[in-house]
Amino acid sequence: MAQPLVKKDDDHDDEAEYSPFLGIEKGAVLQEARVFNDPQLDPRRCSQVITKLLYLLNQGETFTKIEATEVFFAVTKLFQSRDLGLRRMVYLMIKELSPSSDEVIIVTSSLMKDMNSKTDMYRANAIRVLCRITDGTLLTQIERYLKQAIVDKNPVVASAALVSGIHLLQSNPEIVKRWSNEVQEAMQSRAALVQFHALALLHQIRQNDRLAVSKLVTSLTRGTVRSPLAQCLLIRYTCQVIRESAGNTQTGERPFYDYLESCLRHKAEMVIFEAARAITELNGVTSRELTPAITVLQLFLSSSKPVLRFAAVRTLNKVAMMHPMAVTNCNIDMESLISDQNRSIATLAITTLLKTGNESSVDRLMKQITNFMSDIADEFKIVVVEAIRSLCLKFPLKYRSLMNFLSNILREEGGFEYKKAIVDSIVILIRDIPDAKESGLLHLCEFIEDCEFTYLSTQILHFLGIEGPKTSDPSKYIRYIYNRVHLENATVRASAVSTLAKFGAMVDSLKPRIFVLLRRCLFDSDDEVRDRATLYLNTLGADGAMDETNEDASEFLFGSLDVPLESSDEPFDISSVPREVKVQPLAEKKAPSKKPAGLGAPPSGPTATVDAYEKLLSSIPEFSSFGNLFKSSAPVELTEAETEYAVNVVKHIFDQHVVFQYNCTNTIPEQLLENVTVLVDSSEAEEFAEVASKPLQSLPYDSPGQTFVAFEKPQGVPAVGKFSNILKFIVKEVDTSTGEAEDDGVEDEYRLEDLEVVAADYMQKVGVSNFRNAWENMNPDSERVDEYGLGPRENLSEAVNAVINLLGMQPCEGTEVVPSNSRSHTCLLSGVFIGNVRVLVRLSFGIDGEKEVAMKLARAPAAQQVNSGKLREFGGKTVAAREELRPDKRDKKRKRAGVREGAREKSRETALEVKFAWKKRKGRGRSDGICEELFMGMNREVACNLAFLTINEKGKARMEGWCDGDGLLLLGERRWRGEEEEEGKGSTLAFTEKDGWIEERMRWKGKMDGSSWMYGDEEVEEQHRVEKDGLGCRFDEVVPVIEGPIGEGKGDLGSPDFRVSSN
Amino acid sequence: MEKCPSVKSILLLDSEGKRVAVKYYSDDWPTNAAKEAFEKDVFTKTQKTNARTEAEIAMFENNVVVYKFVQDLHFFVTGGEDENELILATVLQGFFDAVGLLLRGNVDKREALENLDLILLCLDEIVDGGIILETDATVIAGKVASHSIDAGAPLSEQTISQALATAREHLTRSLLK
Repeated sequence: MAQPLVKKDDDHDDEAEYSPFLGIEKGAVLQEARVFNDPQLDPRRCSQVITKLLYLLNQGETFTKIEATEVFFAVTKLFQSRDLGLRRMVYLMIKELSPSSDEVIIVTSSLMKDMNSKTDMYRANAIRVLCRITDGTLLTQIERYLKQAIVDKNPVVASAALVSGIHLLQSNPEIVKRWSNEVQEAMQSRAALVQFHALALLHQIRQNDRLAVSKLVTSLTRGTVRSPLAQCLLIRYTCQVIRESAGNTQTGERPFYDYLESCLRHKAEMVIFEAARAITELNGVTSRELTPAITVLQLFLSSSKPVLRFAAVRTLNKVAMMHPMAVTNCNIDMESLISDQNRSIATLAITTLLKTGNESSVDRLMKQITNFMSDIADEFKIVVVEAIRSLCLKFPLKYRSLMNFLSNILREEGGFEYKKAIVDSIVILIRDIPDAKESGLLHLCEFIEDCEFTYLSTQILHFLGIEGPKTSDPSKYIRYIYNRVHLENATVRASAVSTLAKFGAMVDSLKPRIFVLLRRCLFDSDDEVRDRATLYLNTLGADGAMDETNEDASEFLFGSLDVPLESSDEPFDISSVPREVKVQPLAEKKAPSKKPAGLGAPPSGPTATVDAYEKLLSSIPEFSSFGNLFKSSAPVELTEAETEYAVNVVKHIFDQHVVFQYNCTNTIPEQLLENVTVLVDSSEAEEFAEVASKPLQSLPYDSPGQTFVAFEKPQGVPAVGKFSNILKFIVKEVDTSTGEAEDDGVEDEYRLEDLEVVAADYMQKVGVSNFRNAWENMNPDSERVDEYGLGPRENLSEAVNAVINLLGMQPCEGTEVVPSNSRSHTCLLSGVFIGNVRVLVRLSFGIDGEKEVAMKLARAPAAQQVNSGKLREFGGKTVAAREELRPDKRDKKRKRAGVREGAREKSRETALEVKFAWKKRKGRGRSDGICEELFMGMNREVACNLAFLTINEKGKARMEGWCDGDGLLLLGERRWRGEEEEEGKGSTLAFTEKDGWIEERMRWKGKMDGSSWMYGDEEVEEQHRVEKDGLGCRFDEVVPVIEGPIGEGKGDLGSPDFRVSSN
Repeated sequence: MEKCPSVKSILLLDSEGKRVAVKYYSDDWPTNAAKEAFEKDVFTKTQKTNARTEAEIAMFENNVVVYKFVQDLHFFVTGGEDENELILATVLQGFFDAVGLLLRGNVDKREALENLDLILLCLDEIVDGGIILETDATVIAGKVASHSIDAGAPLSEQTISQALATAREHLTRSLLK
């Protein structure tokens, strides 16, 4: 009985597997394609064969060149058939085969015939096919038809032509740009999608012309755009215009905001969402502007459609990073999403809640997350762990419950990446929250008792070796560490031995017991473990034979060594190993491609670079006597980006010394720099005296190196000053093909920007877990209160950030975030000042109607270590700092920096350096040449036009000016350089903008004769006009329109060959 | 952001993650191997979810993926990470419904493969080089199907034997159902 049943099942399986393409083979199908050549075409059969060919291509099969050509030619035969279905398949096939240009010619005429066919379907498809395969030369032939098609009555045809236009714009912009009028007509089409495609094309045609885009947006936002897709597109363009016209946000209404807001009431969800998202992404969006968008998104959160919920929660997640307060209203809806079927939505909801949550809701949230963690994938768990880590840093008081949560999930199942994320988080918390240290270390100890990942075990053992001995009861960790020696593989055993030795070196009371344990390790089965045990026993002096001091031993254990890996015949000698370690470039490299999948990863925690710096500095003998490193600043760039030599500096503060570490990078492959030093002029820093410097022997291309300069300063005093730097080195040419440097070099120097040591450099950012307790515990007598006026500021958050940066202190309890539009704010700061004085600061800010900010600063060093002298000094510094904040002072400083700065400030545009070459110009008798000019503060197009007008081949003409908010140059001035400097004196040049024209008015002394000119005594006034837009100015082709100058002479400027580069 | 809404790929896979029909509009996946790896990724990450009543959404490796399943067919539309999710969902819905109309409600792998030409034409009518052409299912299906009605029109071109063959095929197909 069983037999037939099984058989039936088999049959069923066969049937399930049935596919019309079962056993299909390329060779056979190519054979079949011969039916295309039959004199009597069978459209059905041909269609089937094409389907088979398409199926093969779709499955990833490829045709050889010959096969593709053969198929292509066969397919072209099918144009004879008038079967509509077959023709459609032929179109598809041609697109798939993407024929070469000589093959295209074969089908061009057929396709052109179809383009003019009466059947709409033919027209639309033929256009798309032809545009896909055509090249520029053919395009001019069919341009006429395409223009017609754009305004075709049939929307399918119009859309096909417009979409093809969008694609063609990439390859043949100048042709497509000519279709502007037709496209504009298509914009008025009643068909929704035609409008969408026309808008997309029109914008692309005009994208380089800001004014035109702005006009387009202005007119369309007033009218009605029918298609939701076109509406979305318009919202995107509107945002672009808003961004580019930025700068007048403080003066009342933001342009186009009303339009965006009205889109929130559109009937299509995609438009509502697009508008809501656009509002949340506006620069410096205020909470009033945000509210309607957030309300709409909140509604989406409870939608039945997962896509809608996802879109809303993802956007809110992003908003929560910048404006956590704005999102709190959605918290209840968000909490119900934790149990969402779609885990992406749930994870986003959780991380948003973690960002917006306040201290009181943490516990409840953690309870909910615990249930949730068990049923999501590792990648989501990592996102949650990272969010919890940043939450913990924000609310250090809550470390207990968060640490418990981390240790709980550490015990559960999980992959390596997930476990690593947890361990990393715990390590960071231990480092940043002193109270969490002991419990955190114990959690890690418990974890390594049962850890399947060797890498994590060794990392934790290493970390234990550094942190463990510093705890109150180091002995309790020994058991866990020694267990590793019994239970784990050789790698873990070896690192456990090292950790034991570190405990032995640091804690004298444990030493004898550590020796016992280490001696047991001498009988280990693994060489490395035995070797290490022997080495450490000797170093720590277990046999009493070694007379090395304890300090040497710990330096040996904790320092890093650069051990050469090549084997040599000579006996190994530890003293021959250089102590100077090549550190990895400390600049954080962030691969732009490696984004954390958009699920809103928190900003990475503070990197532990201080340890690395400390090691690096103590390895340099000159600086080893300076004592403990107090603080290292973040790198400060001393060169602009993309210069020949990139240099940044790190300021290391010691009790009596300051060390500048210059990180240099040579960006020229043809050069090798040797003996690199920095010459520091400390004449503006009176309290500092240079004591040592350490040159860099060689700096090859693209491998960063460091040179150091050390200064002595009065002990414990926060001396400030300004230093100017010059990089000195010997340059040697390198043959890039062989990589060898020439023997003799040339001495050279390179000016770097100035460097300042400020009060903030003497302040360590150290948080406190409970600010209120710490504040109340301090000696009330040590409290100082001062009030400052900070002058007008854009908003409070700017003022708060400025003061925080100035003081260099750690904001506590998330008080650095100012809710937007609030009128007062209190910010809590904590830090350790040089001399180990704990300082707490409570800043109260208030802002009035005129945007004047007032600040009340109350500060107190912690109770025990009150040192009034230091406090006074610190007080002095803050007063100085306050003065720096005063806008009037700042302005004075700027004035000193000169006009250049001013021009930049006014226009918000970068300087544009224009370099152009031209061929001989008609009439004026000038030779070919090159001219460089610096244009500042104007938009590129205008600059390009003006560049043409101000050609001056004899020297460098320099022109400075500024422009108004729209990027138009209002007034300019040309200064003559080079040979013309003398003769051209007294020449003036002014630019004005009128009715879309730029007028240049030039007065000079000389004579115009026809088209030639010379300097002389007579006053000459010349005037030129350049059309501001409508030229379609591009950087590589500038063809200005010059009208005849008013007054004497003709301004025939010929056709120069322009090359304009900008920086 | 200033970019036109764009679709990076449309995938139609079967219940084992094999291709039925796929179309890529972006250079993010230069080789067939990269495409297949992406499809495998998309398939395994979405396989366990229930996307049969409402379109679902997932996000990974900077791609937003909206998807919907029916019978043994899995429909996917993917876009860049900044793309408006609802636009992608509209495209998916258009594709999904158009296929439903074209296959007259019998949406499964077998039917899809037997009418692969319709599916391919359907893809061709929805998106052109990443730009959305049409999202209304009835319009899409109308454009694709117009030929299957017209196909019989020039009867003069068909021989009697061809006509018979067509008739026979229709008969067997309806009998097999």
